[in-house]
Amino acid sequence: MIGIFQTYWQALLYSDGYRMTGLAMTLWLLVISCGIGFCLALPLAVLRNARSPLLWFPVWLYTFLFRGTPLYVQLLLIYTGIYGLSFIHNTPPFNEFFRQGLNCTILSFALNTGAYTTEIFAGAIKETAHGEVDAGLAMGMSRYTLYRRIIIPSALRRALPAYSNEVILMLHATTLAFTATVPDILKVTNDAYSATYDPFDCFGLAALIYLCVSFGLIFLFRRAERRFLAYLRP
Amino acid sequence: MFDLAGYGQQIFNGTVTTIELSVLSLVLSFIIGLLGASAKLARHRVLRGIGTVYTTIIRGVPDLVLMLLIFYSLQIWLNDFSDWLDSLQNSIDFEFPLDPFTSGVITLGFIYGAYFTETFRGAFLAVPKGQLEAARAYGMRPLLVFRRILFPQMMRYALPGIGNNWQVILKATALVSLIGLSDVVKAAQAAGEATFRTFFFISVAGLVYLVLTVISNGVLMLLERKYAVGVRKAAL
Repeated sequence: MIGIFQTYWQALLYSDGYRMTGLAMTLWLLVISCGIGFCLALPLAVLRNARSPLLWFPVWLYTFLFRGTPLYVQLLLIYTGIYGLSFIHNTPPFNEFFRQGLNCTILSFALNTGAYTTEIFAGAIKETAHGEVDAGLAMGMSRYTLYRRIIIPSALRRALPAYSNEVILMLHATTLAFTATVPDILKVTNDAYSATYDPFDCFGLAALIYLCVSFGLIFLFRRAERRFLAYLRP
Repeated sequence: MFDLAGYGQQIFNGTVTTIELSVLSLVLSFIIGLLGASAKLARHRVLRGIGTVYTTIIRGVPDLVLMLLIFYSLQIWLNDFSDWLDSLQNSIDFEFPLDPFTSGVITLGFIYGAYFTETFRGAFLAVPKGQLEAARAYGMRPLLVFRRILFPQMMRYALPGIGNNWQVILKATALVSLIGLSDVVKAAQAAGEATFRTFFFISVAGLVYLVLTVISNGVLMLLERKYAVGVRKAAL
């Protein structure tokens, strides 16, 4: 295992010489897809709790579709499926976008985590204590101010434990990127495996790196929970 | 529009494989989960340590990495083992060939066993202590206590978690096509490549998963109702 690390450490950690690979790529995938997913989920979670079916039904359909199918199928659909459609081929901007494995990977990851995050946030918004809302209304807040000052900050705090779980699961899901030729940690170790035929050491090394990243994330989220959920501590 | 171009049978067979794989993995991980939860709640320190290490490592490592690790290493370990048996005594000459299906079941069962361990641990702890003490006072043996009191009670608390894990296992079986099992994703990919209609066939595979999800949601609701018999709900 040490020998493999000595040969591949640079590719495993940040670069194989001319592009970003390994750990840096995995973290980049995680950050960008969770970032887009978060921005997507926040408005959708508000819509998910709307009273009008015209508003909540499309959001429900989106989360249902993306939570009901495996991420691998979504990635295949976006990476190989969409590129096979002729009108995508014939429209230059689409052609340009879907030709790159990295774009397709980020798109499918962001849509997938967006769906799960929407449900997490929507659940938290729904569970807002009615007293908080009543107090806001009694202060004469408009709907927008109520959401901005009361409901969303409170809901995001309470959603933190579930959201941290989702981020860890997303880290685990980024391993699928290697099927779309994105050079993440697993791709580098898979190449190392093809070169050495030593599965235990190669994939064990990958497992070790992922384990460290998972622990790092768990540590960060623990700190965040202690800070943001301090008022809920017994 | 819904023209499967003669690949219907192949996709159906793949679907059957997916269902078999998920159900068998569920059974295996269920058993591992029960054992793991018992180990984590045991009085013996070594057992508790093993349980904790198992759940921490497995839940910290991506399932795809573990799958590749176990799938490729398992055969080597088995070969080494049979070589060792051979060297021990020349007459023993076993071969343990592993097909992707078997190793898929073993891998998925081993991985999701860790998640089930956590589910069951929480559920075991949720059963009121008095009930177990009452059972012991009746003179029941530990196994009987487990069968008659602990298991039915803890199932009620564990069901939402089991349902969650089942959905995750069902979706994780899609990964097994990466190690060469011809499940529904693989069949859809093959059909798509042959007919140049990848988008359509992958969508069909997605649809199969959606239908399976909806069906399992229904079954879970029925199960939850069955295990909630005897729980008084507040009338609103």
